[in-house]
Amino acid sequence: MSLVSVLIPVTMLLVGFGLWAFFWAVRTGQFDDLDIPAWEILVDEQSDAAAADAAAAAADPENPA
Amino acid sequence: MPFAGCFHCGEPLGQSGYAAREPLRVRVQGTDVSVCCPGCRAAVQLIGELGLDDFYRFRTVVSPKPADTACAWSAYDDPALLQTFTRDGPQGRNVVLMIDGMTCAACSWLVSRSLQHLAGVRHVSVNTATGRAQIGWDSTTIKLSELLGVIASLGYKPQIATADNEAARGQNERRGLLKRLAVAGLGMMQVMMFAVAMYAGDMQGMETDVRAYLRIVSLLVATPVMLYGGWPYFAGAARALVKRTITMDVPVTLGLMLAYSASVFNTWRHAGEVYFDSVTMFIFFLTVARYVEMVARHQSTQVSDSLGRMLPATAHRLSAGGPGAAVTDIVVSQIVVGDRLLVRSGEVVPADGVLTKSSTELDESMLTGESVPVERSVGDRVTGGTINVGAPVQMCVTAAGAGTVLASIVALLTRAQSERPRITRAGDRFSSRFLARVLIGAVLVCAFWSIVEPGRAFDATLAVLVVACPCAFSLATLVAVASANAALARRGVLVASPDAIEGLAKATRVVFDKTGTLTDGVVAISRCNPLGASSAAECLQIAAALEVGSEHPIARAFTDPEVGREGLQAHDVQVVVGGGVAGIVNDKRYKIGTRAFANGAASPPSALADEIDDAAVFLSSDDGDLATFALADEPRPESARTVAALRGQGLGIEILSGDSIVAVRRLARYCCISTFAARRSPAQKLERVRSLTSQGEFVAMVGDGINDAPVLGGAGVSIAMSRGSALTLASADLILIGDSLNALPEAFSLARRATRVIRQNLVWAAGYNLTAMPLAAMGWVPPWAAAIGMSMSSIVVVLNSLRLIRSGLPRPARPGAAPLPLSFSPAMPAPALRNPAP
Repeated sequence: MSLVSVLIPVTMLLVGFGLWAFFWAVRTGQFDDLDIPAWEILVDEQSDAAAADAAAAAADPENPA
Repeated sequence: MPFAGCFHCGEPLGQSGYAAREPLRVRVQGTDVSVCCPGCRAAVQLIGELGLDDFYRFRTVVSPKPADTACAWSAYDDPALLQTFTRDGPQGRNVVLMIDGMTCAACSWLVSRSLQHLAGVRHVSVNTATGRAQIGWDSTTIKLSELLGVIASLGYKPQIATADNEAARGQNERRGLLKRLAVAGLGMMQVMMFAVAMYAGDMQGMETDVRAYLRIVSLLVATPVMLYGGWPYFAGAARALVKRTITMDVPVTLGLMLAYSASVFNTWRHAGEVYFDSVTMFIFFLTVARYVEMVARHQSTQVSDSLGRMLPATAHRLSAGGPGAAVTDIVVSQIVVGDRLLVRSGEVVPADGVLTKSSTELDESMLTGESVPVERSVGDRVTGGTINVGAPVQMCVTAAGAGTVLASIVALLTRAQSERPRITRAGDRFSSRFLARVLIGAVLVCAFWSIVEPGRAFDATLAVLVVACPCAFSLATLVAVASANAALARRGVLVASPDAIEGLAKATRVVFDKTGTLTDGVVAISRCNPLGASSAAECLQIAAALEVGSEHPIARAFTDPEVGREGLQAHDVQVVVGGGVAGIVNDKRYKIGTRAFANGAASPPSALADEIDDAAVFLSSDDGDLATFALADEPRPESARTVAALRGQGLGIEILSGDSIVAVRRLARYCCISTFAARRSPAQKLERVRSLTSQGEFVAMVGDGINDAPVLGGAGVSIAMSRGSALTLASADLILIGDSLNALPEAFSLARRATRVIRQNLVWAAGYNLTAMPLAAMGWVPPWAAAIGMSMSSIVVVLNSLRLIRSGLPRPARPGAAPLPLSFSPAMPAPALRNPAP
């Protein structure tokens, strides 16, 4: 009994902390965009050289196949 | 993801339909790809330069085609105007944009990344579900017009979210509901744990002070759930009672109040049973259903927004004065009644008004769904949102902003969307009747036990009330409809009206419109009949040379913007509005256009008479007629497949078209449809649908034009293409987004599954209540069993409904993925057509 009477308030504190954290996340817009971040990590960051290559290639539409 | 057709926008390459021309090529990630037009090529190049090529690997829908005409974004840099729709924040100036065409996660990523690449942009947050972007930028480094220009060159259409706080409202609603969901969910878990302990205690024995302690803790946890999580239902019930109506919120509130106050009372008197677990779980499930419904609703608001987006962003205002009047670029919201505006060729008419100078042709497909332009001359009314495909004109504004036809259509749709589903209302009525009987029953039970054995009266009465709580009833339709809406939205079908799912499930016959529905609405040359000595290929070359300078939609059928000429050049080209084009090719004078324009009095060979429909084009030289071109719009690549799939589901298929019999018969043959009718006016269409209905058929109508709007209204359930006219969208129950029929068969089968699930849910809920209530009234149901039974009945209903979302994985839309023989191209002559000898 005594153990339960201590542990339950501790749980309540933890739940309260969890709720506070969730409210904070909602308030700061963490849940506003659920689409982009989900797959953004799949996209490789291109190095500058590769980006320049791509830009140069794209700028030359007459490039033969 | 590779698409057939243009690499960027997915439209077929070499639209012109005759000789396979060399398409435009562009290099992406080391491989050459084909694009359909310079706009798309510029977009692909821009994306490549920004190093965002990965977009093409991850996108799930084709991208929108960049607009041909440049927009005067610089009008947005006017400092006084900027003040009205931007505000200062910690991140510099802030603005909310609605971005049309941004429909997938990859699109949002592309928009957000390409803006972040610009110097001076400090913060970009994009919401795919609502199609809105919030941008914070440093106004000293970069101008707003540059930001808008980048978005436009990617193919999306940016628009300032002026004076509407809908974005903020949507965000607040979403955030608020998420918080309530968290409170209800976490609270439910806690109370559930205590409840399990107490159930175990009931069986194995438990010290009374431990039980009392657990009850008090449950009360403490359940109270915030009840007050915070349950607040929307209480508020809704109060609103309904004030209006003297019964909504679902009323029985829900009553059930919650009864169970909660009984539990509080029992906790206080240390006797009887508590139902905190049921209360919290019920609130949690209701909130989940409400959240799902909100997501679907936000997605369909996007559609009504895009109607408003049919207006251009800027307009050209003429200052009062003579012929040399100065032109100022203004933002469309600055237009006032009485303004004189210049509408250049290819631009969208920005407001309602009257033409004051010169006549032109307008593409009114926004209103009518028909792609053939109509002629308008001085004094004629023009409607905002239509496209000027002829000469530059001046107009005097008679209505702007909220007073326009377009705005009234948008308002109509918004009102239609705010209605709640009829099937849910039926559930409301059912459960409030049920609840009334339960209350009477509870009074009788209470009276009975008070006489027979007063000690058991309270427990027995409470058990009756808790067992009969309409939770399962209220969830039965709500969660099923929400799940079905979500599942449909994932497949590209937006539910815009209350009765859509019920109607789809009941449908026995599907009636299609032709133009824009089974066909893509883009005019193409279906055949060329040479009449003189020149071959078909020569005639097409001459025609292309003449038409290359014309902006007319029919001209586009003859020419690709860049590769149109193939060696032949036309001089002295004259465009006659409402007639055609005349010019000199190879030192010879040619005319192309309507019969009257091209060949005057000469009549075509009689053998051709029935081949010629409205859209025929004539080519003649000074020596006589050279050729006629039959025009038709191509069937959508998925039309035949969709029709076959619908027939496979046991649905009757029919075409009702306003077009000529030749075109309709050809399409019917292509799609294997045996029942079709041509040259039908809207009234005749409606009559046909009514007669079908009186024969006991339940008709689903699929259409896109305003001429379909009355039929859509008269049909049992109506489905509109997302590119259809605004009025059609407003009168439709469902909207096919992505401008494709692919999702249609699945929508029908999903709706049928949804109604099956609703029926199962109602039978289950009614069965449970009818079995448990007599037992509870007799005092044979221990209150803990009543609580478990009530929770279980809700869980069964929710899980059963969720099957709808999980059934079948969504397939990415891939227009033209399956190659189908297109018998419409002259390169593959349709065997069914007679080939009249010249």
